[in-house]
Amino acid sequence: MSIDRRNFLKTLGVAGMTLTVGKGFGSANKDGDQTEFNALLFDATMCIGCQSCEKACAKAHGLPEPEEIELDVIKKTSETRRGVINYHTTSKDDVYVRNQCMHCNEPACAAACLTQAMYKTKEGPVIWREDKCMGCRYCMVSCPFDVPKFEYHSANPKILKCDMCHDRIIQGEIPACAEGCGDALIYGTRRELIAEARKRIAAEPELYYPEIYGEDVAGGTGLLYLSPVPFEELGFNTKLQNTSYPELSKGFLYTVPSVFVLLPPLLLAIHEATKSNQPKEEDHE
Amino acid sequence: MNKSAIAIEKDIDQKSIWQFLKEELKPKGKWLTPFNIISIPIMLLGLVLIVIRFVYGIGSITNLTQEVPWGLWIGFDVVTGVAFAGGAYVVTFMVYILKMHKYHSIVRVTVLNGFLAYVFYAGALLLDLGKPWNVVNPIIGNSFGTSSVLFLVAWHFLLYMLAQLIEFSPAVAEWIGSRRARKILSAMTIGAVIFGITLSTLHQSGLGALYLMAKDKIHPLWYSEFIPILFLVSSIFAGLSMVIFEGSISHKVFFRQISEKNHKAQKGILTGLAKICAGAMFAYFFLQMLVFIHNKRWDLLDTPMGYWYLLEMIGFVLIPMFMYIHSYRTSNIFLVRFASIVTMVGIIINRLNVTVIGFRWDAAVQYYPSWMEIVVTLAVIFTEIWIFRWVINRMPVLSDSPAWVKEEK
Repeated sequence: MSIDRRNFLKTLGVAGMTLTVGKGFGSANKDGDQTEFNALLFDATMCIGCQSCEKACAKAHGLPEPEEIELDVIKKTSETRRGVINYHTTSKDDVYVRNQCMHCNEPACAAACLTQAMYKTKEGPVIWREDKCMGCRYCMVSCPFDVPKFEYHSANPKILKCDMCHDRIIQGEIPACAEGCGDALIYGTRRELIAEARKRIAAEPELYYPEIYGEDVAGGTGLLYLSPVPFEELGFNTKLQNTSYPELSKGFLYTVPSVFVLLPPLLLAIHEATKSNQPKEEDHE
Repeated sequence: MNKSAIAIEKDIDQKSIWQFLKEELKPKGKWLTPFNIISIPIMLLGLVLIVIRFVYGIGSITNLTQEVPWGLWIGFDVVTGVAFAGGAYVVTFMVYILKMHKYHSIVRVTVLNGFLAYVFYAGALLLDLGKPWNVVNPIIGNSFGTSSVLFLVAWHFLLYMLAQLIEFSPAVAEWIGSRRARKILSAMTIGAVIFGITLSTLHQSGLGALYLMAKDKIHPLWYSEFIPILFLVSSIFAGLSMVIFEGSISHKVFFRQISEKNHKAQKGILTGLAKICAGAMFAYFFLQMLVFIHNKRWDLLDTPMGYWYLLEMIGFVLIPMFMYIHSYRTSNIFLVRFASIVTMVGIIINRLNVTVIGFRWDAAVQYYPSWMEIVVTLAVIFTEIWIFRWVINRMPVLSDSPAWVKEEK
């Protein structure tokens, strides 16, 4: 369903552009084969805060060694940190939770990107492509999770965020973080992981909060969470909408082709009508 | 018909076009005017800051954060500046489509203003891009992000600048004295106007639509799915208020260029524009109230942001609307001008509320523009005014077209 909607949006955009520029490039974007999105499942009941995932990530991407977890300091992903482990004191117990890019099914950042530098791959990861990016930071404005980070102190800045180790995935390997972790962070297809998460909740209802964060939020994400406590307690924004964010600007984009078809003839008609009334005063310049 | 026009026409016959251009590039008039004394240091300082920005990155002169990636340069220079440039599409619509000949004398100056605004604000946009050399990607190449509102806005900026250039080009042809070019370019005007109005309706609203996906980041009093239509309607009176404001200054500064006839017509033009502004502002206020009531936001009114919202709606929409109504009823030109300034302040407040003040209003670290961002913004505005003045002093924009144009008709 999500793929269909995405394609529809693209097709419409291309149609709009065709009307606008009078140039067809309809051949673009037909992900014919329906591969399943890959995803990660983080189970907060299992995480012991060992930071193996952070270390593996830093090693895989040539980033500096991660700092230790400190009490009462909520770390955020940054220009040098693609994923972080944070520690929360909650109503049930102390809980460690991992924060990183959610890899939405319909990412706001990719819909926002005017050069397709932010791109939802057919494998599932949302990746950033340097050669296309112009550094406008509209992805950062649009991302409901505030994930993309920008190098403000560089003359040739990059956008940084987790890419779910896309280069490893297409070679058949699994993301570095999931490899580094024991069982708190597992990798698989999104469908399998949701089934697994449901199974865990059903098996131990007293251990789990009965919800999978990421199943519905923002139209579904590629990072799924299980938690022993309500997700607000882990610093999650639970007020985010459950429909996808690109939906929000869809209505506007839909009106563009119509305006482009309807307005010029109308203006021309008014122009002609007002002209015939005063044939002598006609003066364009 | 003034003397300089005759002189230019004679010159052209004798000298080559290059000699003519070379002479025209030289400054005219006094150097040490108050405006120059203020603007030159700021422009030079701005230039230094721009160099620093390109060597050490955007963060070296701006206060932008990871949570607030768009600040003054987008919120004021681009979003507010384009709203003020909306006068061009409204006035061309009135004159070329509706044939309101009364406003013919302000078309050229308005289009020039609009064109320069777009050139400079799009230029300011380049300063804000991390990788400005990739700016061509959405235009040429195979990187079309067609699902992006920004893609649409980028294309429309480019095409609209082209349309405005065509609309203005007959003045350039008259300046260099090319009859043939003038004839060809004039014939293209109506096409450019129709195209330009269509583009304007879409990108004026598109600038608002940019923020639709930032649903959870903008204060609910300023976020609604109607941002695009609110931006479009407000661009009508924002643009016309700018026309009133700019026209009032131009009539003083460039007094000698304006013919007796056009001086006398100015009063009628200003009160006419005041009427249109009042109408558009009524529609806008009505829309804002519908959005407010529809979204049931009464509980938010009794908060600091709520008072700020009320101030914007009453102090900077409703009150200037009544000022406009009163001014055209009593033909009070002073009040028209005053109302235009209040309206413009209101537009600045509104656009900044959506893009900067209300954006992440709840963030732990608030964004305030650095003094350097403000200096660069001022430098951009001053450079634009310099170019504007240069063009006005040379081309028949405020002054009448040379005599041969009338003969051709």
